[in-house]
Amino acid sequence: MNNQAVTNGIGSSRSTRRISKKPQYSRFTQQELPAWKPILTPGWVIASILAIAFLFIPIGLFSLFASKRVVEIVYRYDQDCLPEMYRGNATAYIKNSDANKTCIENITVPKRMDPPIYVYYQLDYFYQNHRRYVKSRGDKQLRSVGYEFLTKECEPEARVNKSKISSPIVPCGLIAWSLFNDTYNLTLREKVLNINKKGIAWKSDTEDKFGSQVYPKNFQLGQDMIGGGKLNEKIPLSEQEDLIVWMRTAALPTFRKLYGKINTSLEAHDIITVALQNNYNTYSFGGQKKLVLSTTGWIDGKNDFLGIAYLMVGGICLFMALNFILLYVFKPRPLGDPSYLSWNRKAAN
Amino acid sequence: MAFKRHERVQFSKIYSLSCLRPSRSDEHGQIGQKGYSRVVYCNDPDNLEAVRYRGNYVSTTKYTAVNFIPKSLFEQFRRVANIYFLVVACVSFSPLAPFQASSILFPLLFVIGATMAKEGVEDWRRRKQDIKANNRKIHVYKDHSFSERKWKDLRVGDLVKVYKDEYFPADLLLLSSSYPDGICYVETMNLDGETNLKLKHAFDFTASLQDDDSFQQFKAVVKCEDPNEDLYSFVGNLCHNNNQHPLSLQQFLLRDSKLRNTEYVYGVVIFTGHDTKVMQNATDPPSKRSKIERRMDKIIYVLFSTLISISFIGSIFFGIRTNRDLNHGSYQRWYLEPSRTTALYDPKRPGLAAFLHFLTGLMLYGYLIPISLYVSIEMVKVLQSIFINQDLDMYHEETNRPARARTSNLNEELGQVDTILSDKTGTLTCNSMEFVKCSIAGVSYGRGLTEVELALAKRKNVDQLDDANTSNVSDGQTVKSRKSIKGFNFWDERIMDGQWVNEPNSDSIQKFFRVLAICHTAIPEVNKDTGELSYEAESPDEAAFVIAAKEVGFEFFQRTQTHISLHECENGKKIDRSYELLDMIEFSSARKRMSVIIRNAENQLLLLCKGADSVMFDKLSKQSQPLEDQTKNHINKYAEAGLRTLVIAYRPLDEVEYKTWHDEFLAAKTSVSVDRDSLVDAAAEKIERDLILLGSTAVEDKLQKGVPECIEKLSNAGIKIWVLTGDKMETAINIGYACRLLAQGMKQIVITLDSPDIKALEKQTDRDAIAKASRESIRKQLEEGRSQLDSPKNKSSSVLFALIIDGRSLTFALEKNLEGLFLDVATDCSSVICCRSSPKQKALVTKMVKEGTRKTTLAIGDGANDVGMLQEADIGVGISGAEGMQAVMASDFAIAQFRFLERLLLVHGHWCYRRIAMMIRYFFYKNITFGFTLFWFEAHASFSGQPAYNDWYMSFYNVFFTSLPVIALGVFDQDVSARLCLKYPRLYQEGVQNILFNWPRILGWMFNGVLSSMIIFFICKNSTIHQAFRDDGHVIDYEILGVLMYTCVVWAVNCQMALSINYFTWIQHFFIWGSIFFWYVFLVIYGYLKPEWSTTAYRVFVEACAPSPFYWMTTFLVVASTLLPYFMYRAFQTRFHPMYHDEILRRRSEGGEVETSQTTPAELPDRVKDKMDHLSERMKHSHREI
Repeated sequence: MNNQAVTNGIGSSRSTRRISKKPQYSRFTQQELPAWKPILTPGWVIASILAIAFLFIPIGLFSLFASKRVVEIVYRYDQDCLPEMYRGNATAYIKNSDANKTCIENITVPKRMDPPIYVYYQLDYFYQNHRRYVKSRGDKQLRSVGYEFLTKECEPEARVNKSKISSPIVPCGLIAWSLFNDTYNLTLREKVLNINKKGIAWKSDTEDKFGSQVYPKNFQLGQDMIGGGKLNEKIPLSEQEDLIVWMRTAALPTFRKLYGKINTSLEAHDIITVALQNNYNTYSFGGQKKLVLSTTGWIDGKNDFLGIAYLMVGGICLFMALNFILLYVFKPRPLGDPSYLSWNRKAAN
Repeated sequence: MAFKRHERVQFSKIYSLSCLRPSRSDEHGQIGQKGYSRVVYCNDPDNLEAVRYRGNYVSTTKYTAVNFIPKSLFEQFRRVANIYFLVVACVSFSPLAPFQASSILFPLLFVIGATMAKEGVEDWRRRKQDIKANNRKIHVYKDHSFSERKWKDLRVGDLVKVYKDEYFPADLLLLSSSYPDGICYVETMNLDGETNLKLKHAFDFTASLQDDDSFQQFKAVVKCEDPNEDLYSFVGNLCHNNNQHPLSLQQFLLRDSKLRNTEYVYGVVIFTGHDTKVMQNATDPPSKRSKIERRMDKIIYVLFSTLISISFIGSIFFGIRTNRDLNHGSYQRWYLEPSRTTALYDPKRPGLAAFLHFLTGLMLYGYLIPISLYVSIEMVKVLQSIFINQDLDMYHEETNRPARARTSNLNEELGQVDTILSDKTGTLTCNSMEFVKCSIAGVSYGRGLTEVELALAKRKNVDQLDDANTSNVSDGQTVKSRKSIKGFNFWDERIMDGQWVNEPNSDSIQKFFRVLAICHTAIPEVNKDTGELSYEAESPDEAAFVIAAKEVGFEFFQRTQTHISLHECENGKKIDRSYELLDMIEFSSARKRMSVIIRNAENQLLLLCKGADSVMFDKLSKQSQPLEDQTKNHINKYAEAGLRTLVIAYRPLDEVEYKTWHDEFLAAKTSVSVDRDSLVDAAAEKIERDLILLGSTAVEDKLQKGVPECIEKLSNAGIKIWVLTGDKMETAINIGYACRLLAQGMKQIVITLDSPDIKALEKQTDRDAIAKASRESIRKQLEEGRSQLDSPKNKSSSVLFALIIDGRSLTFALEKNLEGLFLDVATDCSSVICCRSSPKQKALVTKMVKEGTRKTTLAIGDGANDVGMLQEADIGVGISGAEGMQAVMASDFAIAQFRFLERLLLVHGHWCYRRIAMMIRYFFYKNITFGFTLFWFEAHASFSGQPAYNDWYMSFYNVFFTSLPVIALGVFDQDVSARLCLKYPRLYQEGVQNILFNWPRILGWMFNGVLSSMIIFFICKNSTIHQAFRDDGHVIDYEILGVLMYTCVVWAVNCQMALSINYFTWIQHFFIWGSIFFWYVFLVIYGYLKPEWSTTAYRVFVEACAPSPFYWMTTFLVVASTLLPYFMYRAFQTRFHPMYHDEILRRRSEGGEVETSQTTPAELPDRVKDKMDHLSERMKHSHREI
């Protein structure tokens, strides 16, 4: 009886073993999918680099031309605005709150500038991208009042001791604390040039990152060191556009930030009088301060680099393409000969 | 009981030789002591002792549910790179970290999780197999009857009943079997790969326990050795009725072997589960790593040192800059408030700050180390293995076996094989022996032409063959029309169809075939359904003899313990004859012969003997003299034709002589002493003399299909092929010609010890002197070979050399002081044949080649004797042929036929090598590109450790934006199609010379990475430096520069990938362009999250980047410029120093090659056939649906 069962079992197991193990045919498993197989033939090489050349050179010319059309006035004032007597000790001057910081200078417009004309300030050697600096801000605190005690990231500009109670600084952190506070007043032909300071910040910043209910608090009370500018405690953060612009940290140590816009056009040879408050300390780390007036062109601000780079890459491609053409014309290779190989040559010797 | 009881026979008598072999008594003395302490109470289930031992539950899994997490984690962190990332992840919770801890933990968890999931799936498969094995059923004795139980519930001491063709569930002590004398046959294929049946024998006093009821009173105690892994010894005592009986392997049935030819057996469980010998033996084969992977480790170290050095440079600059912040008591960068700072930035302690920054740097530049490299490579290799397994061109229809990659970590090594070491029998040949010729009484019969003869004829350019053979050509038709019989390819009208009686020496012919029919150890098996007779033989040779005898008319049909019965044709009538079997002197490799002593119906005593010519000719009687020369002549001819020969002889014995000899022989067999074997041999020697020569047989081991073509291809690919065979030198050389290993015009350097002076020396007994002389002789021959190779004449004429060496010479050539010279000569020869080599020598030769040349070796073999070689070589390929699974189990790849090696190496090997090499190179490229952009940015942030990008961009870099295209490259890329790979085998040298993964190329790619990062950073920086970046006057800030640079990196590395591959299926397109597209998708989605989550990425793309023409123009410029250097390099390279595949591609593009396979159906019949099959299959389906 048992025997019967066992033999049956074996019979069935044998029959299952005969199932074919032949792999199923499919183009995928046999690695035969239809494929595009480009090869670097001379024709392809020449065609593609010529294509790049003919694409890049016009783009380069265009952007260089566009850049040249942009009128930009860059005026460095950090040295000019330093009174004679403080030349040797600029830091003492800037730290002296009693010294007169007002400074009046004239700049000439080289070419006609059409509105909108953007007013920037430019700082050099200012590391807004320093790790300590970048992190030192309280994003949540900026957004809503409820989080004003979230100042962990902001040390050492986090709290002030008001009558022995630790009270948070709003906005906290080094970035806000070091707010740029030079001001510019422009006059053209005795008339004040109105600088529009609305709409200089990114929309997403004013709408979502800076709260309309958050008001500055305990800002710049300054125990040991005075930082940069002060804020009007009556205006909510979302409307403090200078602060918002400043708090978008720059990527590189030389940077410009938008100060405002001028909506009148300037003619060539116009002389603009700038009355500026030279408050901001760049002297202690040897930084420069510049005032920039610039129009925008077909492709934005003035930058020759992009055009030149396009032209260079295009030029290199053109040069290489010509070389290749000459090579193939004067020294064509025989049809691919498999023996043309290093180890084969060795073996043949 | 269903089966017949008429077989009340005493087989033990015939096989007494093996059964009565006493175990060594010295070990039995140790029973009960340390190492021999196991006590088994048989048939006593209530005894508490049984509980002491492990159950029969077997688990081969690596992990259990409990230890999976800790153990697999531990495995993961054995990799240096993973430890690094773990440390970084831990440190990232401290303020040292340049980014959020979660963003560094995520990729680590992802990678570790993926690898662990892979491990888990693999282990789950193993577990399923275990469950299957554990739940098999077995009949166990309980409460006076046998009932079914699961394997895993078996306990030590249980009585079990195993039926025919079942596996033994544990190591058993054989008590009795369906045969009255308690023997049974066992197949141990799962253990040692041997297919022949082994005989086991129970004690007489237990053999009488014949049915289920007789076990009621049975009680016994076994004391034996503790579990160990030695398959070939067993020490123990059986205590029954106060008598001690020493146990040996003869009573021991091993788990996983199979009961054959026996209806059932009874046994007692001795070892269970993991205590069984087979489980004790189950150690993982040594895991092999490919050369590329080993080099990859070195590259990782290079990257680590780069990482350390750039962190170091960064921290020095940081230290200097921080130090300058405190200038004569005043603070410079006041906006950083250096007066109230932490140790990280403290200008008063710049040294400490620099050191802490160094740690930060190690984390920040960690992107240089490709975290996902290992897991990607593992995934890719598994997928590559699937392609190997699925390849239809490596599927063998007859045996129903596809190719199988048993390990996936050697795929790319297949593309770098420099030397193939091949076994001959079963690997190059089919290992199905065919009886083709014989020489009887000085006349050669048999007209079939062997493959070797055809090759010989070709080589000698002889058009006119032997007379006897030419006739065959015309009669080819008749040969073909005959029903083909496996193992028999003999055709001669003088012998067949009973015609032999008309031959002048018909008497000899009759005796000759009788010897073939009687002198063997085969067992006949009748197929119950068809009534056909088949034979179970120890070797295919033997089966061929019995079949030949049957075809001529001496049909062996029954074996009992005392008689062998034949159907014989006599005068056209079929009569049964029975021969009484008196003694059997077994075959051994030392004796090289086998004899039986029989008494025939006429009461004549006869000794029938067959053996190797080298021993048999010494034993012939004077009266055989006239035949001897003619037969020797024939044997030499046969050997030349690549046939295996045996000499057949007999001797009539007289009663008295036999009687005295028999007693002596019996005494020798039963003696208990160390030199028992030599006593038996000496006794055998006495009777095996004065033999009368009958003739010789010639058996062909057919070459496998396609072997010569395959070998030719492989040697065209520049792969050296060594054949290691146990054959005679002449046979080996001729097989060498047949499979085109040797060619006409090749010079042979033959190294042998068969010279007369050595032979003369061997007559003496002084072993040292012989060894010394042999060594000298070998040295001289090797040096001669060397000078032949070096001679300017041969060098200039580019003659190819072949080295042929025999086993004895090999022993000396492999010694320390000759090894170098031997290897030197051998590597300069294009082919090497080692004849008469033992399994151990095979392994030694492999080791020597592997270590001596430092190149990749591949060993291929099919038998248990090749296991050493397979494991020693860098890659072991097992032929899953007739000789069991042992070689396959020890191999890394298994194929069904030798000819598949061509496709495995030239196509899959080449592709896998290329894919993995490119993949690793590219991995380093993309990570260096990314890592260095961080460094350049860092240099512009006064080395403060601020990353240029948002944390999550960085952690997704290796996981989402760049990983899939690399995997697609690793799995699918092809430089040239399979057909061209095979057409231009030289292409394979790209792998052998490792030109796709040599240091210049790797460093070149690394340099390319650094270059790309510089181009990306400096173009991005300069093109957007500080001007208005949009027409509303906004300028670029930290967030936007990060997005811009990151966009450029994603574009650059993905386009670089597109540029460096030249095989685009929809998969490549999808992954490459999809990755880039996904970056934008990610940016948009991430930017729309709340500002708390998205931080610096909030609306950055939609609001700031996308509307700016600068953003797009810069991306375009950067991508074109990063690609140009590599593009130019490749353009110049293909022009001035093309690689081989470039040449092939050029030919293809210039119309030299037709790419579509359909136009050349003759070249790819299989492929086309499969396609047609596939199509017709679909047609059928659609018809049915209609």
